[in-house]
Amino acid sequence: MNFPILSSIIFIPLLGSIFIILIKNSSDKSLNNVKYVAIFTSFANLIISLFLWFSFDTSSAEFQFVENKQWVKGYFNFKIGVDGISILFILLTTFITPLCVLSVINSVKFRVKEFLVILLVLETLMIGVFCSLDLVIFYLFFEGGLIPMFLIIGIWGGSRRVYSAFKFFLFTLLGSVLMLIAVISIYWIAGSTDIVHLLEIKIPKDYQYLLWLAFFSSFAVKLPMWPVHTWLPDAHVEAPTAGSVILAAILLKMAGYGFIRFSLGLFPVASDFFTPLIFLLSIIAIIYTSLVALMQEDMKKLIAYSSVAHMGFVTIGIFTLTKQGLEGSIIQMISHGLISASLFLCVGIIYDRFNSRLISSYGGLVNIVPKYALIFMIFTLAALGLPGTSGFVGEILILIGAFQKSVLVAVLASFGVILAAAYMLWLYKRVIFGKIKNKELKKIYDLNKTEIFILSSLAFLTILFGFYPEPLLRTVDTSITELIKNYEINLAYYLTQSVN
Amino acid sequence: MNYINFIVPELFLAISIMILLIVGVFYKNSFNLIYKISSIVLLGTFILLFTLKIDDSFHLFNNSYIIDYFSSFMKSLTLLFCIFVMLVSSDYIKIIGINKIEYPILILSATLGMMIMISSYDLILFYMGLELQSLSLYVLASFNRDSYKSAEAGLKYFVLSALSSGLLLYGCSLIYGFVGSTNFDLIAQNINHESIGSIFGVVFVLVGLAFKVSAVPFHMWAPDVYEGSPTSVTTFFAIVPKVAALAVFIRFLYVPFINILDQWQMIIIFISLASMILGAVAAIGQNNIKRLMAYSSIGHMGYALAGLAVGNNNGIQSTVIYLSIYLIMNLGVFSCIFMMRRKNIFYEDIKDLSGLSKNHPIISFSLLVLLFSLAGIPPLAGFFAKFYVFMAVINAEMYTLAIVGLITTVISAFYYLRIIKTIYFDEPKELFELSHNFGLKISLALSTLLILIYFIFPSILIDLVSMIKVI
Repeated sequence: MNFPILSSIIFIPLLGSIFIILIKNSSDKSLNNVKYVAIFTSFANLIISLFLWFSFDTSSAEFQFVENKQWVKGYFNFKIGVDGISILFILLTTFITPLCVLSVINSVKFRVKEFLVILLVLETLMIGVFCSLDLVIFYLFFEGGLIPMFLIIGIWGGSRRVYSAFKFFLFTLLGSVLMLIAVISIYWIAGSTDIVHLLEIKIPKDYQYLLWLAFFSSFAVKLPMWPVHTWLPDAHVEAPTAGSVILAAILLKMAGYGFIRFSLGLFPVASDFFTPLIFLLSIIAIIYTSLVALMQEDMKKLIAYSSVAHMGFVTIGIFTLTKQGLEGSIIQMISHGLISASLFLCVGIIYDRFNSRLISSYGGLVNIVPKYALIFMIFTLAALGLPGTSGFVGEILILIGAFQKSVLVAVLASFGVILAAAYMLWLYKRVIFGKIKNKELKKIYDLNKTEIFILSSLAFLTILFGFYPEPLLRTVDTSITELIKNYEINLAYYLTQSVN
Repeated sequence: MNYINFIVPELFLAISIMILLIVGVFYKNSFNLIYKISSIVLLGTFILLFTLKIDDSFHLFNNSYIIDYFSSFMKSLTLLFCIFVMLVSSDYIKIIGINKIEYPILILSATLGMMIMISSYDLILFYMGLELQSLSLYVLASFNRDSYKSAEAGLKYFVLSALSSGLLLYGCSLIYGFVGSTNFDLIAQNINHESIGSIFGVVFVLVGLAFKVSAVPFHMWAPDVYEGSPTSVTTFFAIVPKVAALAVFIRFLYVPFINILDQWQMIIIFISLASMILGAVAAIGQNNIKRLMAYSSIGHMGYALAGLAVGNNNGIQSTVIYLSIYLIMNLGVFSCIFMMRRKNIFYEDIKDLSGLSKNHPIISFSLLVLLFSLAGIPPLAGFFAKFYVFMAVINAEMYTLAIVGLITTVISAFYYLRIIKTIYFDEPKELFELSHNFGLKISLALSTLLILIYFIFPSILIDLVSMIKVI
């Protein structure tokens, strides 16, 4: 197929944003045009990416739809392509962005045009991260995402927005600069930054440890792993709803994707060597942040901490290096993308109406807004991994994978599941059930049509993938098998090398 | 004399300066005329440069003057940026009341000095060019005679610069004494590790040059001079002399001193590290945007010098790329500073930018792009500038330099973010004046656009620069 479908998925949102900039903001009518353009662009992108999924050949582990153009002459090419792993993240991005656009239009009161422009630019950068088959391109998209997110938190955020935006920006930047050094070193060691080429050649063992640590520093901050997770609760609390949604649903997944694609693919020896470190940090993250989540008074902060715990499961799954573990962590990432997005949307909805994120100011909402209570319940249960929701599929697969590797890790991680049930149900109980404490709460009105549309489409997918995860599993299966095979061949190669 | 053909641009510039001086004496209030003619003269010189054959190198006047691709490239950068500086500062000069005929003429003669510096291949000729440039700059720094700050800036600059010129001259004489020649080729042949005297000479010369690019620890003049001088002069200082100073730096390190690379490499690495760190840390507390730009320029010179420390053509090329991109960003930022004007008063505090994005969306967007690019965030051009430098540095396995350099990038990102925060997150103040002259608008638009879309065509600049071969 000659039509550059991947580049169009990457650049359609950018074109849309340029188009929006060109619309003069003079009247309400032009603002409506802005909204229509944004909605149209993001939904068109969703449809094209679905088309991409249908024409994707799941039986092949090769990169497909590859485009390769000369970019920096003599150094790097602009190379993009997808395999079974990255295509799911692209779909997640193109699915979440239109919902964010709707949510922005529904709830943001000022500077809507700028918000939509930034959101679409961010979509371009996020899709680019998952498509790129060259380390430099990857770094470019990965870091470029900082600028729009900084602006989203800083302009539309809450009262401590400046602090949070700075913390977010500087933390992530500091993590990533070390990765830049590693990328350049790889270029000089291997003579290329083309990922397909790098996966074939074997990077010398001595370099692997340092390079792995450099990549790890970037991904650990972005994921975020304990103890560098502290920027996440701040960023989530202060970010506007759409910002939190993008942050939780997609930006965090970039790091998980990076672990799978780069840490495992390029540095098998180092990955093997550092697996205990990852397990240790993940277990701490799961148990510690779950306990912290129990004590939160701010709903958004609670969900933010639960994100850290859930991402702990993801890293355990990835580094078990078993088929179940890896597939489980990918499904966990997708499902966490859907669930955390909806939870932030749910909090955002009552925040818009009542202007408080404190758990203590609510109570008895089921009497006032029954539809809201129902939908919130679905996602609460999904977040704690109830069978029948996508959260369950991911967690059970990860735990199966972990049991094969180490029983201790699996047992400790299982505590996370119990703790998740504790803090999520307690949150639900305090906000939704009980007596109506505050007379003012009666002013809260139930979901409007846009909100029902956004939340029910998310709920639909959460339940669908809970009962029938087959489409996801079928897509990633070949790629994951290939990944594990390559990993084991490489590891064996290095072992024989060291024996000789 | 065939040689004359090669120096037509310099001759044209020199003769124009003299004619303009005479015109200025005989016509009263001829500032506008002379200012316009000076811009045209610069443009003419720029065009004349392209009549030269540049793909080969020519040694003129007893091997004391060199015309090669490198010198032509640096000269065209100098002239191009000089033209843009003239364009952006014309309104400012009139409003602030320093529209005297000497102003454009001094700029022209400084430019002439820089062109001689860039092409010089002999210590004496180099020093003559340097002094022509410096003397013009001293006067320019104190051009606003009625302002205490400007007078102070001029005096400070004069005293410190004269001291550094003295050191440099002393170094030159030591080199001459121990090596026996002032010609770069002969110095390269005869200099060696054994003679301590000539190494002392090299150190003194490097001190003098480090002063000219305002690298730590010879940076003390920069913040005061940047803040005190009239903004038009600051813009000139921040952009044009940097090209010549770095060109001379490259020429000195890689032609006469190339054989004692191990002696100066440590010095350059130290200067580079110190500049990066100080530039990042000291700028955090600044409130005056001109002063902040001074510290930022110290930091950026650190990155540019990191490329020089490498010791091969790759490093030189990365430094030149860095310089070109950095100057474009600087031009853009200073264009924005010129736009901070209400009722003929120019504002310089970062606080005055508060909430700019609500009143002036286009200027704030430009500043956003330029500042993120200065901070080195991809996909803007500033990232690529740093990227090329660190490519060269890591290829030479100087990991300390690379790691410190990238960590200072994060620290310096903080103060650029602070400005962006003031522009985008704070409450708006009064409107700034909306009418700006065409030159100001065009240079802001051009620099923003170049920085923004650089990532689409990164090869063009690399192609231009890859022909530079100094060694």
